[in-house]
Amino acid sequence: MDRDQAFFEFLLRMGDNTLVLGHRVSEWCGHAPILEEDIALANTALDLIGQTQMWLGLAAEVEGAGRDADALAFTRDFWEFRNALLVELPNGDFGRTMARQFLFDAWQSVQLGRLLHSSDSRVAAIAEKASKEVAYQVERSAGTVVGLGDGTEESHARMQAAIDYLWPYVGEFFATDAVDTAMVEAGIAPDPASLRDDFDALVGRVMDEATLTIPAGDFHHKGGRDGARHTEHLGHLLCEMQWLQRAYPGASW
Amino acid sequence: MARPTLDQVRGWLAQVPDPEIPVLSLMDLGVIRDVEWQGDRLVVTVTPTYSGCPATAIIKQDIRAALSAQGLEAVEIRDQLTPAWTTDWISEAGRAKLAEYGIAPPQPGGRPKACPQCGSTDLERVAEFGSTPCKALWKCRTCLEPFDYFKCI
Repeated sequence: MDRDQAFFEFLLRMGDNTLVLGHRVSEWCGHAPILEEDIALANTALDLIGQTQMWLGLAAEVEGAGRDADALAFTRDFWEFRNALLVELPNGDFGRTMARQFLFDAWQSVQLGRLLHSSDSRVAAIAEKASKEVAYQVERSAGTVVGLGDGTEESHARMQAAIDYLWPYVGEFFATDAVDTAMVEAGIAPDPASLRDDFDALVGRVMDEATLTIPAGDFHHKGGRDGARHTEHLGHLLCEMQWLQRAYPGASW
Repeated sequence: MARPTLDQVRGWLAQVPDPEIPVLSLMDLGVIRDVEWQGDRLVVTVTPTYSGCPATAIIKQDIRAALSAQGLEAVEIRDQLTPAWTTDWISEAGRAKLAEYGIAPPQPGGRPKACPQCGSTDLERVAEFGSTPCKALWKCRTCLEPFDYFKCI
């Protein structure tokens, strides 16, 4: 795999994570438990979509095939998506949505911290912009995980069930492949495996405070980052997200 | 037509309101990073407040319209991500206008200094997010009024 091809894949991974999670979170609009949470989730989705525009915009530039961020978001099919499986999982209840958000925010905060030192100035600039937003996001999602985990018997049980369900999807973020190796060689991005200690330290701290237990075992699902095997949920999500551009190609307002 | 000076251009941009917080001008908000002539073309460099803020697109349209109204058509608007926008760039005048408008201006400590309605310092946070991505929702325990706080980033 040549460097530009690997760079394009890496940028799709970054942008597809925020795009797919942003769409998932937006599904809460009008449905969250209370108005403040509804607004907060909509704002979270907005931050994620904003970050998507930067990552996919750069991906399109690197690809140099005349596509733009919108074309990448709305006209690729599910096997061309490079997001980790975690972000395409259905929302479940509010607890599971916030647990997923926290796990993702924790990974993003470590990843963006490293990308600040990327050899590619465009990547470093996006990381600088996004990391400020993510610092705020992770504070909020960690706070909610603690509030619900160390809350009532019911909220604790639901949060523990969410962590049990989501944990097998965490490992995929730290599995190194040929794309990552090329990125490390080019100095563009860190080796995913090297983020694990910082991630575990952050998540462990929050889980302790939330009185939640991280499940034993190191099995993890994979197939999202390389597009080899997405879950059945991604296609349904894309059906809704891409419907307008599929039905009326090139529509704009 | 004589080419306007950069000070004139900045003066015109200081008249353009932020689309979501119209009490602030684009100059107050600190999103205009640079204005320069490149030959006969005016280049305006803009940085977004939040990456997903829908106002960013409107801001660019408004800049173009304001300059067009002054007869300037050869305008290029450039995006600049770094250094990333920070609330430190909101001008002193802008901070005063925010408070007067009922939005508590950003503070280094990460919490509003006082209720913009009654000035009380007995405050509580209701939610980390408010009506726009740049604001959080707070409440005054003295006058019981809720208010927006401009988040510090």
